[in-house]
Amino acid sequence: MALTADVTGKNAKAAAPRRRPRTRVLSVGDKLFLAVLIGVPLLALLAFVWLPALASVGISFTQWDGIGLSSIHWVGLQNYKNIFTNYPPFWPAVEHNIIWMVFTALVPTPAGIFLAYQLDRKIRFSRVYQMAIFLPVVLSTAVVGFIWEIVYDPDHGLLNNALGTNNPSGKHYIDWLGDPHLNLWAVLVASAWRHTGYVMILYLAGLKSVDPSLREAAAIDGANGRQTFLRVIVPAMKPINVTIIVVTVMESLRAFDMVYVLSGNNGSKQGLELLSLLITNNTVGESPRPGYGSALATVLLVVSLAAIVTFLVQNFRKERQA
Amino acid sequence: MTTTTATDLPKAAASAGRPPARSRKPRGLGRHVFLALVSVGWLIPLAWALFTSLRSYSDTAEHGYLSWPHGLSFDNFSTAFDQSGMPHFFWNSLLITVPAVLLTLLFASAVAFFVSRFDFRFNIALLMLFTAGNLLPAQVIITPLYKLYLQLPLPSFLSGSGYFYDSAFGVITIHVAYQCGFCVFVLSNYMRTIPREISEAALVDGAPVWRQYFQIILPLCRPAFAALATLESIWIYNDFFWSLILMETGDKRPVTSALAGLSGEYFTNPNLIAAGALLTCIPTLAIYLILQRHFVGGLTIGASKT
Repeated sequence: MALTADVTGKNAKAAAPRRRPRTRVLSVGDKLFLAVLIGVPLLALLAFVWLPALASVGISFTQWDGIGLSSIHWVGLQNYKNIFTNYPPFWPAVEHNIIWMVFTALVPTPAGIFLAYQLDRKIRFSRVYQMAIFLPVVLSTAVVGFIWEIVYDPDHGLLNNALGTNNPSGKHYIDWLGDPHLNLWAVLVASAWRHTGYVMILYLAGLKSVDPSLREAAAIDGANGRQTFLRVIVPAMKPINVTIIVVTVMESLRAFDMVYVLSGNNGSKQGLELLSLLITNNTVGESPRPGYGSALATVLLVVSLAAIVTFLVQNFRKERQA
Repeated sequence: MTTTTATDLPKAAASAGRPPARSRKPRGLGRHVFLALVSVGWLIPLAWALFTSLRSYSDTAEHGYLSWPHGLSFDNFSTAFDQSGMPHFFWNSLLITVPAVLLTLLFASAVAFFVSRFDFRFNIALLMLFTAGNLLPAQVIITPLYKLYLQLPLPSFLSGSGYFYDSAFGVITIHVAYQCGFCVFVLSNYMRTIPREISEAALVDGAPVWRQYFQIILPLCRPAFAALATLESIWIYNDFFWSLILMETGDKRPVTSALAGLSGEYFTNPNLIAAGALLTCIPTLAIYLILQRHFVGGLTIGASKT
């Protein structure tokens, strides 16, 4: 009796005045401290990320030789008109970015999910398998490029040596990275090598967080493995699925390092055009055209923002309701 | 489920118990064979790079690259390390990675503290702004950023060039601004799991906000910091793009971007390229193998704790 009385007494005391302690006025020192806490990082973010992003849109409507601010001229939509109609690498780049995204969504992403599902049981050596498949994710994408360069090298590479197609004067000489019909696929294999492990680890973490009783309930109801996976596991993993979709889309739009390395360190090889490479070449390349680069960047920005906003809305909806 | 099989097993083995035992084992075995094949297949490119790097150029030139090796040695590694000045590039990487990771975590924890421990009106908008910033492809901002870096001056003790461009400080700055978003996202989720009562008690006791931040919240976030520090060290060390575009002097570049220049200049054959690429991997592989738990943890708390 005494105990319960004590507890309720405590509760009553806590409920009234401590409900909203934040209404307690923050001191001037507190406010100043909070302003610095948020101000410095926010300033860095705005100045170095969002200001340039907006400036990309602005510069895309101008013609600029890139030297000095006085040479900027407003040209309206001229840059867009030019890249759409009069800039040969543009459409191939768009096509390659789309192929990259579709391929990544259809091959390494399901492969990673499949492997995660295979590994999410109490089997021996699970850690060893995971480590082997996850290893490429730890490596820099540029280094992944160098490693695959050694595999694809037409004369000295593993692939041509194993296939016997390494004789330059022979009939079946395959230049994996030079042939514009082949090189994109060769690069996609290298990219899939890395992406599969990434998806696998993300999905595995998701599977581990699914309440085991859901699975037991499905088993008791007589669901088989496939039914359990499609009807129980997949819906329970919605947040991780959203993350994987975003990762897949964004990695496809961001792809740069690996292609830069595999196209011989200059980032322009027929068959390997990508928007990210064209933007870079128009910024620091041999004949930079900031107007073109920014128009291309704006195209990439619009596509990225579509994916980013979808992700943010998904992610923060609950919080707004809460 | 497990109890039934356990009690049934002796009985089944004693009588005609072969079929269940046989039908169970091959299934598990099939999975192991499959996973082992995939794992070995996954390691082939790395193994090939290692194999190539351990052979002398004369050996591979004479017998071909896919041939039985006539002696393996670390000569290519020592040549790559000494002749190209790789120690210098590793040092550059360290000079960029360490400050960038520390500043990123400091800034991100500040923002996360602000948005997760207080109910200011624009907190969700702020959180979205940071998260979205991290998701933008780097190339979207590179043209104006490059021009900005060429114009923004820095005192000479921070940058030999006198500008953000071509300086370690500039590269650190963009890493911090860019990586903050991911860490804010993870840390704010983490800080939200810390009971509000803890800071409310401090408030009631009259502790100023800075003490709440430094003495209560930051120490409680140690596990999240460990995970993020591991992850960010690897990411920033692995960065290729920023230092490739925002640095002009090859000598100032960190090792990952320097590799591109070295592969034309010093690493003239595949054996040396392989050795150079593998040397570059060593720090990341070491961090990953030692702090594996933190690395995977960092990657997945951001994804699953939403």
